[in-house]
Amino acid sequence: MSYIEFLTTYGPRLMTGTLITIALTVLAGLLAVAIAFAAALMKLSPSMVVRGIATTYIEIFRGTSLLVQLYWIFFVLPLFGITLEKFTAGYITVGMNLGAYGAELVRGAIKSVPRGQWEAALALNMSPAKRMIRIILPQAIVVMLPPWGNLFIELLKGTALVSLIAVADLMFQAKQINGSTFLSAQSFGTALIIYYIVARFGITPSMRWLERRSLRMLGRG
Amino acid sequence: MNEDMSKYPLRLEGSDKPMVRFMNVTKSYGDLVVLDSLDLDVAEGEMVTVIGPSGSGKTTVLRMLMTLETINGGVIYVDGEPLTHMEKNGVLVPADAKHMRRMRANIGMCFQHFNLFPHMTAIENCMEAPVHVLGLTRKEARERGLELLALVGLEEKVDEHPARLSGGQQQRVAIARALAMRPKVLLFDEVTSALDPEVIGEVTNVIRKLVSEHNLTMLMVTHQMGFAREISDRICLFYRGQIEEQGTPDELFGNPQRERTQQFLRAVTEAM
Repeated sequence: MSYIEFLTTYGPRLMTGTLITIALTVLAGLLAVAIAFAAALMKLSPSMVVRGIATTYIEIFRGTSLLVQLYWIFFVLPLFGITLEKFTAGYITVGMNLGAYGAELVRGAIKSVPRGQWEAALALNMSPAKRMIRIILPQAIVVMLPPWGNLFIELLKGTALVSLIAVADLMFQAKQINGSTFLSAQSFGTALIIYYIVARFGITPSMRWLERRSLRMLGRG
Repeated sequence: MNEDMSKYPLRLEGSDKPMVRFMNVTKSYGDLVVLDSLDLDVAEGEMVTVIGPSGSGKTTVLRMLMTLETINGGVIYVDGEPLTHMEKNGVLVPADAKHMRRMRANIGMCFQHFNLFPHMTAIENCMEAPVHVLGLTRKEARERGLELLALVGLEEKVDEHPARLSGGQQQRVAIARALAMRPKVLLFDEVTSALDPEVIGEVTNVIRKLVSEHNLTMLMVTHQMGFAREISDRICLFYRGQIEEQGTPDELFGNPQRERTQQFLRAVTEAM
């Protein structure tokens, strides 16, 4: 079977898998961002209890394997009465895992905003919430965008693990095709290329665009 | 703080009501005493300049008044009311966040490094707090901002971001931004120290204009002795967290009484 024949036969299945992978990436990405901001702000809280909750979360999700977390959420949680559909379990686990890494990015970026900005906002009598939302976060976001680009690529690749709980993503399709045809080089080679294309021509340009926009916001574009 | 608070009045009234009063104020970081039982009054409309060697506590005076630093002893009053404390059951207790916020509205500050918000244009910098703190409409805030940017001579730069402004222009925006909150007391913390020599004049000219045309109470820390002498009603020389000597510019520069004042003035004039 030539590679062209392979592609015409299995292309549509790989395409369907790719769409699932992209959907997982987008949903997990949104969840990761939301969790990262929440956990980072909690870690900066004056309350020790709030800080403790965030630290525990980050330690657990950053310190243990993504695959084990996935199995926990998909196979163990049902024992406690929480059953998630496999697609949902997939993006939630990946989002929660990468969110823990993202939290440190967000916290670091917030810390990197010069002290003078806090002081100027306080001198203008802005409330703590307004200081954070209107003055500090917009500047922190500019700092954290490049590392977030990296994290989103990690996240895309991380979604391949959900094939192990039978979510029909790109990796799952590639394995299925390999299983029935034994064309390993073609199946996994094509999957490899597709992952690269999504990262290189999807995520990277989007992040560059966001970075340019944010620099323009600072009058440096 | 185990200080007996009963010796401090709950509020200052009548003829004994300066705009700002530091009463027995002490500030220390661990064992290091930055300000030692400081007493200082600033009358309404007065321009007081604080000079002194570095580490003498000058900037700390402004930062405490802006509530950027907490104090370890004593009380600061602004316009008759305690700033650092509030009344509870007839005695002064340390102020809570709400009291602090209400009192802070009386005070504005300009910083050595301007601290403009880089993600906002000049006019947005001036509108931010009036809209989000005072609750002005955007239109009102914009009008107020435009007026103040014109006052500091920047009507051409209204829509520029700080990154595209020179240091002198940034500092003038910062002055307009502080004025937009209509403070009773304005603090200048070494506002010309980070500027290139050729643009210092544009900032000092704005301050001159404020002194001559507006009845603002101002407290300034500076290393520019000539400017301090020209513009101040009173000059305080700080040394090791205390006022070593104070008086009118002519008294202090013309006929300094204390040995340390003479030394300091000799050192700074030689450097010029």
